Amino acid sequence: MIYDFLFKLTGSEIWAVIIQSFFPLFLFILPFALFAVWLERKVSAHMQDRLGPMRVGYHGALQTIADILKLLQKEDIIASENDKPLFNLAPIIVFVGSYAVFAAIPFSGAYIGSEIDLGLFFIIAVSGLVVAGILMAGWSSNNKYSLLGAMRSVAQIISYEIPTIIVVLTIVMITGTLSLYKLSELQSGHLWNWMIFGGPGSDLHKFLFIPFMFIGFIVLYISTLAEVNRTPFDIPEAESELVAGYHTEYSGMKFAMFFLAEYANMFAVSAIVAAVFFGGYQSPFGYLGNTLHIPWLIPVEQFFWFTAKGLFFVFVQMWLRWTLPRLRVDQLMAVCWKYLIPISFVNLIIVGLISVL
Amino acid sequence: MALTTENIETESGLKTEEMILNMGPQHPSTHGVLRLELKLEGEIITKVIPHIGYLHRCFEKHAEAMTYPQVIPYTDRMDYLASMYNEFGYTIGVEKLLGIEIPERVEYIRVIMGEFQRIASHLVALGTYGADIGAVTPFLFCFRDREKILSLFEMTCGARLLYNYIWVGGVSHDLHPDFIRLAKEFVVYFKPKIKELNDLLTNNRIFIERTANVGILPLDTAINYGITGPMLRASGLKWDLRKDDTYSVYNKFDFDIPVGEGTVGTVGDSWDRYYVRVLEMEQSLRILEQALDQIPEGDVSSAIPKRVKPPVGQVYSRVEGPRGELGYFIISDGSVNPFRVKVRGPSFVNLAIMDELCKGHMVADIIAILGSIDIVLGEVDR
Amino acid sequence: MKTSEEIYKSLKEKFGDSIIELNSAQPVEAFIIVNPQSIDEVCLFLKDNEEFKFDSLMCLSGVDDANGEKKTNEDGSTAIIGATLSVFYHLESIELKHKVTLKVSVNKDNPEVKSVTGVWSHADWHEREAYDLLGIKFLNHPDLRRILMPYDWEAGYPLRKDYENPEFYQGMKVPY
Repeated sequence: MIYDFLFKLTGSEIWAVIIQSFFPLFLFILPFALFAVWLERKVSAHMQDRLGPMRVGYHGALQTIADILKLLQKEDIIASENDKPLFNLAPIIVFVGSYAVFAAIPFSGAYIGSEIDLGLFFIIAVSGLVVAGILMAGWSSNNKYSLLGAMRSVAQIISYEIPTIIVVLTIVMITGTLSLYKLSELQSGHLWNWMIFGGPGSDLHKFLFIPFMFIGFIVLYISTLAEVNRTPFDIPEAESELVAGYHTEYSGMKFAMFFLAEYANMFAVSAIVAAVFFGGYQSPFGYLGNTLHIPWLIPVEQFFWFTAKGLFFVFVQMWLRWTLPRLRVDQLMAVCWKYLIPISFVNLIIVGLISVL
Repeated sequence: MALTTENIETESGLKTEEMILNMGPQHPSTHGVLRLELKLEGEIITKVIPHIGYLHRCFEKHAEAMTYPQVIPYTDRMDYLASMYNEFGYTIGVEKLLGIEIPERVEYIRVIMGEFQRIASHLVALGTYGADIGAVTPFLFCFRDREKILSLFEMTCGARLLYNYIWVGGVSHDLHPDFIRLAKEFVVYFKPKIKELNDLLTNNRIFIERTANVGILPLDTAINYGITGPMLRASGLKWDLRKDDTYSVYNKFDFDIPVGEGTVGTVGDSWDRYYVRVLEMEQSLRILEQALDQIPEGDVSSAIPKRVKPPVGQVYSRVEGPRGELGYFIISDGSVNPFRVKVRGPSFVNLAIMDELCKGHMVADIIAILGSIDIVLGEVDR
Repeated sequence: MKTSEEIYKSLKEKFGDSIIELNSAQPVEAFIIVNPQSIDEVCLFLKDNEEFKFDSLMCLSGVDDANGEKKTNEDGSTAIIGATLSVFYHLESIELKHKVTLKVSVNKDNPEVKSVTGVWSHADWHEREAYDLLGIKFLNHPDLRRILMPYDWEAGYPLRKDYENPEFYQGMKVPY
């Protein structure tokens, strides 16, 4: 819809495509990343019985802008031994890997960056770019501890991709579509049609699915927590451990890019969890636009619901970060390989059996 | 940080590389300036060599140049997180040498200040231990509660951290008229906070995974190495100087000695050491309730001598500090300056056991073990 | 519970000349003076014997006695002779709840004491500190090196009464 609108506005295909693909970046992701930094500081502060940033703007709302301005004018330090092409390329690749995922996520019924049939497959494939970026950052820093931290981070990310993929496979198996847009359309109606409650329809299968959908949701949420390197899985970034993280050698704007990429990634995985299990942009109880007979209100409401669900999961991620201690590296791997993978595998087989019945 | 490798010949003739890793004097697990040299084989530690002395401020040499009362602010600065106990141990020794009696009110005030100081010190230990493991929120909760204790201290003697309060023969200022009421309010306020800390950190599954069965200290090793304090009690021995070699008026109070029992792991692991400190805070609250009720009236400065000139002799006095047995060996030669003051700092003694505890563990466990020993570098290096 | 007199009597019976005397004249504590070359045997006996069971070393301190006499030589230079360094051992028994203090004295020119690290591992760091600050050499110590001062401190032993600060250390001016 947006594409048609833009095409009519500008009269040229190329311009319509370009503007449409910049929408998420400039109107949503970057402001979201700025907002998320402020949110994290406020959430952590209130949980710890203190106030957080209060001076810059109303309750510190402009704090992130002040931080970005500070980071922009810092000196960009590159050591002489660093591998310059890799060093400069690494933050860009990490950011691209986090941002390109948004192309396949439906923001509302009217807007999706690129409606491809392989939505989920594309998302999982592109988020693997982050791994390459992290390794480049660790290697080109010419610092043994950055390299070790990068390797641990890479091991963590690729291990936790497996439970993610298995749970996603479960959903794909039931619904028969890889496209997130079609998946969200399937869950239309009201709360009861969401995948976490078994999916649309009201036959026996749906009720049998419900416990396994819950298990799948928990496994997916934990795996995506590990993919974005959040506590309790934040060994690569932890300061009080022995090994320094992969982004220690970066300063200024490059460091800001790693930082923003992390928050963009957090929202991307929250959006995926919301789209797969919680109905994406669907509202739980019908649309205001329908009752008031204003058709163009519906996409706006859908966008609101999508953002609300994504923000809620981001908030839960922050909540977990400030409550739990962190796992040791070998315990982290044990959780993935000894617990999550067998559970998600068994889940997949049982759901498959049920859907055949 | 430096990373070097050494080639060593193993018994079978194969050459393996033993890595030497340096956790330098500055590292974020804030315990002070301590350098740990680790010899690693892969991820497993074969030897830990602590290098200390970065904070050596020559307390013992200074003490020989000053008069007995002038030494007291210097003793504060050794274990700066538990200053009241440093002063307490020293003044008990000097008073024994002088042979003077001190008023009962002074004894009660010293016990009250000491127990508050014990709670404050344990809060720092527990908070920073949680922060090292990764849980940042309990750290802030502990410091919030500690602020209340520090404001009580500030009301009494004007300082929050280094007090110069317990003098030879008495204390420097009498209690503020509001002190007892506010102290009782704190005791009532703090009890549910311990329960909050337990819910948040002590019984947290991830915390237990990181600390149970890590750094197990058997009891006979502990006694041989001279370990005292919560570390010794966590290994199973009920030994507390407040009961076993009682000083001041501790024999008038009714309290228990918590001992490590291996509830979630083995007896003497890091979780036990942590949990013994939590339980000790509860017992300190018990002592405080009784002391605040029983405190008599009196004059706090009646026994302070004008000139402290003990006869020729020597004494070894010790108190149960929050980190262990804090001992002062004072030799007097009859003049106004001490001839020799030797401080047996519990952190100095407890740190020597790092090598024994860390053998066979992984690098990531060192942080957990070091945090559970609870050292303060000011006391290690003096 | 044993008093210092009883312990002194038992030790004198067992070790004879190694136990020199019991000094209980001054406040507050009495101490038993022992021969420095046999202190490790005495301590091992005290630890293992069923009547005493001193399984815990409370503290080990080195002291500069400052008891030398100034003697003027023929050529006018002064020398201090007869000065001694001492080491005090405070022992306690956790089971039987008694304490005792031992003292050894050695010549300042060649201070050598047998190490008791084999009896209690606690003594390890305390003896290193006594060596570092006073220069007392402990024989049979597993790893005798400086602990508080920098490893390459050449200017002597700081806790001695006649210690002077050096002018420079590694190019930095020492007194400021």
